[in-house]
Amino acid sequence: MSPILDIRGLTVSLPKQADRPYAIKDISFSVNAGEIVCVVGESGSGKSVTSFTVMGLHDKRALTPVAGEILLQGDNILNASDAKIRRLRGEKMAMIFQEPMTALNPVAPVGEQIGEMLEIHTSLSGSRRKAKVLQAMRDVHLPDPEKMYHSYPHQLSGGQRQRIVIAMSLVLEPVLLIADEPTTALDVTTQAQILSLIKELQERRGMGVLFITHDFGVVADIADRVVVMQNGEIVEQGPVDQVLGAPGHPYTKMLIGAVPSMTPPDRAEVTGETALSATHLNKQYGHKGMFGRGRVVDAANDVNFIVRRGETLGIVGESGSGKSTVARCVMRLIDPSSGEVMIGDTDIATLREDKLRPHRRDIQIVFQDPYRSLNPRRTVGQSITEGPVNFGVSQAEALERARRLMSIVGLAPEALDRFPHQFSGGQRQRICIARALAMEPMVLIADEAVSALDVSVQAQVLDLLEDVRDEFDLAMLFITHDLRVAAQICDRIMVMRKGVVVENGPTAEVFSNPQHEYTRSLLAAAPGHGVFDKETA
Amino acid sequence: MAETATPASQAAAQPSVWRIALRNRSVFWGGLLLVIIALIAVFGAVFTVDPIAINPIARLKPPGDFGLFGTDQLGRDVFSRVVNGARISLTVGAAVAVISIAIGLFLGLVAGYFRYMDAVIMRVMDGLMSIPAILLAIALISLSGATLLTVITAIVIPEIPRVVRLVRSVVLTVREEPYVEAAIAAGTRTWLIMLRHVLPNTIAPLIVQATYVCGSAMLTEAILGFLGAGIPPEIPSWGNIMSEGRTFFQLTPWIIFFPGAALAVTVLAVNIVGDGLRDSLDPRIARTMR
Amino acid sequence: MLFYIFKRVLMTIPVMIVVALFVFMMLRLSPGDPAAVIAGDYATAEDVERIREQLGLSEPIVVQFTKWLGQLVQGDLGTSIFSNKPVAELIVQRIEPTMLLALSTIVFAVLVAVPLGTLAAYRAGSWVDRFVMLFSVGGFSVPVFVLGYVLIYILSLKLKWLPVQGYRSPFTEGIGPFFAHITLPTLTLSVIFIALIARMTRASVIEVLEEDYVRTARAKGQSEFKVLMRHALRNAAVPIITVIGIGIALLIGGVVVTESVYNIPGLGRLVLDAVLARDYPIIQGLILFFSFIYIVLNLLIDLSYSLLDPRIRY
Repeated sequence: MSPILDIRGLTVSLPKQADRPYAIKDISFSVNAGEIVCVVGESGSGKSVTSFTVMGLHDKRALTPVAGEILLQGDNILNASDAKIRRLRGEKMAMIFQEPMTALNPVAPVGEQIGEMLEIHTSLSGSRRKAKVLQAMRDVHLPDPEKMYHSYPHQLSGGQRQRIVIAMSLVLEPVLLIADEPTTALDVTTQAQILSLIKELQERRGMGVLFITHDFGVVADIADRVVVMQNGEIVEQGPVDQVLGAPGHPYTKMLIGAVPSMTPPDRAEVTGETALSATHLNKQYGHKGMFGRGRVVDAANDVNFIVRRGETLGIVGESGSGKSTVARCVMRLIDPSSGEVMIGDTDIATLREDKLRPHRRDIQIVFQDPYRSLNPRRTVGQSITEGPVNFGVSQAEALERARRLMSIVGLAPEALDRFPHQFSGGQRQRICIARALAMEPMVLIADEAVSALDVSVQAQVLDLLEDVRDEFDLAMLFITHDLRVAAQICDRIMVMRKGVVVENGPTAEVFSNPQHEYTRSLLAAAPGHGVFDKETA
Repeated sequence: MAETATPASQAAAQPSVWRIALRNRSVFWGGLLLVIIALIAVFGAVFTVDPIAINPIARLKPPGDFGLFGTDQLGRDVFSRVVNGARISLTVGAAVAVISIAIGLFLGLVAGYFRYMDAVIMRVMDGLMSIPAILLAIALISLSGATLLTVITAIVIPEIPRVVRLVRSVVLTVREEPYVEAAIAAGTRTWLIMLRHVLPNTIAPLIVQATYVCGSAMLTEAILGFLGAGIPPEIPSWGNIMSEGRTFFQLTPWIIFFPGAALAVTVLAVNIVGDGLRDSLDPRIARTMR
Repeated sequence: MLFYIFKRVLMTIPVMIVVALFVFMMLRLSPGDPAAVIAGDYATAEDVERIREQLGLSEPIVVQFTKWLGQLVQGDLGTSIFSNKPVAELIVQRIEPTMLLALSTIVFAVLVAVPLGTLAAYRAGSWVDRFVMLFSVGGFSVPVFVLGYVLIYILSLKLKWLPVQGYRSPFTEGIGPFFAHITLPTLTLSVIFIALIARMTRASVIEVLEEDYVRTARAKGQSEFKVLMRHALRNAAVPIITVIGIGIALLIGGVVVTESVYNIPGLGRLVLDAVLARDYPIIQGLILFFSFIYIVLNLLIDLSYSLLDPRIRY
């Protein structure tokens, strides 16, 4: 039987000013009916360019396919006319995207957006169309389709929107579904549901799925076959068991090795002095309006914790759990509504800014987004020395300290004169760590500090964080949504949901014997749980 | 093992605003045209006659023997008057741009950064914006007497709200940036944060806005003159020349067309520079402006 | 929803007070005795005294302002010094040509500018785009009255297609003459609007075309035309409508000039005549009136957002 999608020797060129000549170079693989093929790679690997080129949706000003062919059921898409490709989209192949938040037109009801697919490709009457749309919505297990038909995207959750997109792509029963990181923007529990939905629909309809992801956990859960890409080339492909179990290429080995294990290493209890504590910390957003119509959201509700020097406390939760709110309250980037935040012996929760400033040096933060955390107009040196100079350290001394810190975080001290745009994401996170350390703090907060990084870089930055914690005897508050990362670095863990701490304990205990139902569902939903953790479990 | 930053393909520092700007074709050609006009304005006296000298025997003469652009109803040389008007127009344009940007920048920074000032400043700006600029200027000038200074003041006031809004929106965006929060966490004082991290982000959009303000100020000045509510009529500004040319328009249209064309070309040059700057300096903010 | 409308209407009150205060202070803060300024250079001492009485200038300033505000709320915009008629009455007499000119300009400008801007955005970088951008930068650069005279010179004086000046009411003098006389002023005044709206349409459509949902629409196999109409333009509507609202201030200024060029007896002429006659209550009344119109129209535009974008719900 011939494959549904057969990519042969495909090469797509980049414009001249790019850092390499080809986005993808001489790649060949196929997708058969009834099969899920995962294309996996880090950022810049060319995995998304591959999927968009198949759909004919690549940026035609920048990307030009220069060699090879893309055969969809034997027809070469690269030679097809625009009209033909438009017909193939939806009828034969369909695509779901990474961002369910933005993939749907915000000003049209979702039912109509699914119906548009039928409007374009069929001549069904309005009522038949609607019936089919409702059926498609039921197929993806959306509650109350009749009502939801008239909803607008912003009224639905991320998972519901992704279901709408899936219903839309599958309403015409295409033979090929392309899914480009369809669960990356979703919370872990929602991700698990969407993955099982895709698998269910694929099995029921026997279509081929081309699934793009960066996450080996997802690969383990869903793939039949795996294609590993690096810098626009395929380094390895094969059945999932073979690639995950006995990877042949060193790059694949490195990627798989970098996936943090869900089994926490043994850790001794830390008994250092308490550096940071929060007592009955509350943060409410919004306020009662003049006419009693305002809405109050409890972003953090009676949160209590202590962090000792030399210890890492993890705050784990999905989006909207309030974990970042806690971090920002503790930093006093926002003002807590009530409660105490003790740094050493001082309650900083209600201090005025001028009284607070002397205490700022004791608590520092590393943010999630490496591209926005450094002022693009200032040199790395200026950024690192800004804080110490504020506290009366002389320029020369601050610079000397910055130089020392640069080598500690693994960067060349000469790079202090450079600007942030000359560094990669991982390097910038290192700079941010150096900037925080320059203040000689007691407490370091890492707010999703490794979440935006590729898995290989992530592992290095995690190691660095652990090293500096030990070297400088820091109390670390580690905010993350990623259980694997939390398992590796945290001594104790606090699980939050909707502003409330639902579970709290030593990492090993929380992972091996979760008390709260929510924690259990989080653990169960972690992708690749069955594959990556069985040998140690 | 120490990693170094990506090597030298990018310049060590980010190129300066002006370097980027001059690489843009519109900025270059528009700017060149503007420089020429400015030179004409400055050195106009060298190659023109007295713009207010009356010549009763050569009235309303067409372009040709009695001057390149002809003469007006008092026999004054239109060419000399138009060249002279360039100086006034450019002065008004530049002055209004500088003053309104300076005031707007200050108010915008305050409104954007200090929550408690925001509502007050913005309501006042909303109020100012809802008063039609030309009417406001007419009223101000007719009350306080027509001088160059009152004309400039009257044009500045309605331009301020737009600058304030622009600056405020930049400040509101920038203050959410993690690098500003990092500076707060590093104990940097508020005024230093404004100076170091916020202000530089307003420069590019403000340069662009300044060109637009300059262009629109020159138009407003001419309109006020044309309506007889601008600079005193004895001063040969473009608006005033055209205002006087109205009476004999059907007979001697060139008295309006020459200064009109001069004004249009000057404003066009300014606007082309503005568009070019907008495209090259800040493509993202640029789109939503104006 | 009703609650929001109520709140939004309430929010315009401080803005209107700011306007009133500004207009009020303008006269009081101007150099010299306001009564003398208004009375003009040839006024006798009795004239000045009469004006001082009429404007209530001898009372304490707070009393003056509250009294005046009370009159405004009742729709009393003051009394003309020279004709001795209420300003409100004068406005009503002159409003028809101004309103019709403004209306025809907006309608014409939107009809031309939105398709032009959309086309330019869709073909960004092409000659169509460059033409539209060039037209728009030109439209911002030519003063309204110069354009008016150029059009009169070509279309009326040389080609004799249209009447030179004047105004005919469609209600009393017929639709034909009305259109004959309103065409040139509309063309003149539209240019800057077409420039403004086309520019904003282009910018916002370009932005929307980069959105993910446009890519989704293409992934469905939708045709480019429908992608533009159904997805791009509808999402670009809010900024376009907003710029039309902001443009109303520009339009009011333009109307004054255009009426002067074409000798149209509207509100613009009323202002200019008042300036020449130094009839300050008329100027003041008209500024308040126009600001009121601007605020109300922009309020309506604000409220219309919820129709255009379901995310904006109140």
